[in-house]
Amino acid sequence: MSTVFNEMQGKGGAVREPYALIEQWLKTLSPKDVERALKEAEAIFRRQGITFAVYGDNQASERLIPFDIIPRIFAAAEWRRLSAGIEQRVRALNAFIHDLYHRQEILRAGRVPQDIIIQNEAFVPEMVGVMPSRGIYAHIIGIDIVRVAENEFYVLEDNCRTPSGVSYMLEDREAMMYLFPELFSQQRIAPVENYPAMLRQTLESVAPAACKGEPTVVILTPGIHNSAFFEHAFLADEMGVELCEGNDLFVSDGYLYMRTTQEPKRVDVVYRRIDDAYLDPLTFRPDSAIGVPGIFDLYRAGRVTLVNAPGTGIADDKSIYTYIPDVIEFYTGEKPLLKNVPTWRCGEKQDLAYVLDHLPELVVKEVHGSGGYGMLVGPTSSRREIEEFRHRLKARPKNYIAQPTLALSAVPTFTKSGVAPRHVDLRPFVLSGDRVRVTPGGLTRVALKKNSLVVNSSQGGGTKDTWVLED
Amino acid sequence: MRLFIRHETQYDYDMPIAYSAQRLYLWPVDFATQKTVSWAIEAPGIEKALNYFDGFGNRVHMLTFQAIRGPVSIVAEGIVDCTDAAGVVRGLHSPAPDAIFLRLTKSTTPNAAIRALTDKHLSAKDILPGLHGLMNDIHIKVAYELGATHAHTTAAEAFADGRGVCQDHAHIFIAAARAAGIPARYVTGYLVTGMGASSTAAHAWAEALVPDLGWVGFDPANNTCPTDNYVRVAAGIDAAGVTPIRGSRRGGAMERMRVEVRVEIAQQ
Repeated sequence: MSTVFNEMQGKGGAVREPYALIEQWLKTLSPKDVERALKEAEAIFRRQGITFAVYGDNQASERLIPFDIIPRIFAAAEWRRLSAGIEQRVRALNAFIHDLYHRQEILRAGRVPQDIIIQNEAFVPEMVGVMPSRGIYAHIIGIDIVRVAENEFYVLEDNCRTPSGVSYMLEDREAMMYLFPELFSQQRIAPVENYPAMLRQTLESVAPAACKGEPTVVILTPGIHNSAFFEHAFLADEMGVELCEGNDLFVSDGYLYMRTTQEPKRVDVVYRRIDDAYLDPLTFRPDSAIGVPGIFDLYRAGRVTLVNAPGTGIADDKSIYTYIPDVIEFYTGEKPLLKNVPTWRCGEKQDLAYVLDHLPELVVKEVHGSGGYGMLVGPTSSRREIEEFRHRLKARPKNYIAQPTLALSAVPTFTKSGVAPRHVDLRPFVLSGDRVRVTPGGLTRVALKKNSLVVNSSQGGGTKDTWVLED
Repeated sequence: MRLFIRHETQYDYDMPIAYSAQRLYLWPVDFATQKTVSWAIEAPGIEKALNYFDGFGNRVHMLTFQAIRGPVSIVAEGIVDCTDAAGVVRGLHSPAPDAIFLRLTKSTTPNAAIRALTDKHLSAKDILPGLHGLMNDIHIKVAYELGATHAHTTAAEAFADGRGVCQDHAHIFIAAARAAGIPARYVTGYLVTGMGASSTAAHAWAEALVPDLGWVGFDPANNTCPTDNYVRVAAGIDAAGVTPIRGSRRGGAMERMRVEVRVEIAQQ
């Protein structure tokens, strides 16, 4: 692995400009201050009920995601460049989804192979011909970005289905402002706390044409057993909209209604946090008990807007990822501002041969996996783990892609043995409606284990407040 | 040919229905050789039903009703004029790109036996005779037998068993065509088999995209391309996508369903 870029220390050991103030502040903190702050932060999160469920973990099914009090900081100019790249990517992803469900120009042009779209599980044929309000399919996108050098950023993956984590971004900021208000008066930090208002505005802006007057927005959750239920409840609360389960909604005479204590209320926009397959038993899985029968027919007929649209997963499928730079050029006519990580497609013979020869240095991921499950991080895996993985890879090569192990940038983090650099990534959230809005910053996830590169909360990652300094 | 069609589906329940949502693919769409003279659907809630065209050019109705006792009857009835075009479907508006009809679904994924059919019939450059050969071969190898298969039987299963109904014949044909890279779609409709005869099911067949000719119907169950004895209703990727009636309900307890389809040559 090449040398790690330390976002505070930089190359020569001199403190980088955006961290100047924080570096000074850190020196003034006594171990006692830190201990007290961490305790208070934990109390705040416990009070808010911010926990997440770890699948397949019976011991501690509800856990607190560790929070680190040292912020991760971007300079204004740095962020402007990143943000432009993010916006370009999001516009291209929406254009891509629209095209795939209409004329499929990109397939006709041979820029993306037809088979990997048409035969993809994430492709939803029922979406063909659907033109949603404002032509937007993925209204909420989370783009996972890693940094390896001063000016070198890579997009690790796009999340176009129902990206989660925004509640942590908001809570981390709230905790920091509560614990260290002085930091926020000493410099101007771009606000993120207006995200719920921006989300609501975005949702209202994509109400269907059939909606006259002020649109009614709801959040549709699978229920309390979902790992992100806290976030669903949190966002409903913050936006001032109803949180519904499938049973709270019903279709009647061609419109969607929500049961209330008085008479049923018409619903125009559904921010659904239910997977496509469970959304509507009349169109998708007939055994779904958490969806709303007929809701997809309403959507197709323009009576209700589903956010995100069904079938947006086709744009973030890992087998499609490698084509995204082409996708950006195809729809924007511009060179991508943000780079993809070089990726080997294990379904291709030459790529597979290379990957099998270099497993100890690569990261290998399942094409359809998420949350850091079922992946191999070569450099931190034992010989036995690598060999076991080799068997799985050989059995179903098409199921995997591989990437070089990137030296993710590191940010100072409180650990048991004092402040030490830990690897981070970043998930900015992007809203598309009446306009495209990129959150200044996003969710920074930090791998708390020394040298670990896996930042997923399900794998022991934590979070940090993310600052974008204003000029 | 002028055909009169009456397609009745009746549901009976042990208990009253609290709520029901039903999606119908029961409305024929006109094209060059098929013109609807009259058509109507009778069902509870039909007057306020949502109706729209899906991405494949089908007319869809979605209706809801609440708090009623059975039996519930859904009747599609009307008169349609058809002209024999040897199965060639022209002038039908379908916005879906042709490539969609290459998608292999659970019921249309070929196995080795079906791929062998593909190799036998669809290797030559001129695919039209090949598609006829394929239709004939499926007709011979898969006997028409009610009850041998069910709604979720796959093409591979039915072909291995050698028995099935029109849905299975169509799925096998579609699987073999798609394996050759030929877009193929599943079609529902009606077929007149004789004066006054009624049956317990609608009909189904396949359409394949033939270069320079367009979409052409093939009915492997009867080993013929659709004639003016056929009325075409809806088309999709497979049977599950264009089920004539798909519903969801609360209440009712046990359900009994009865289907009666009557197709007659109408007096002009």
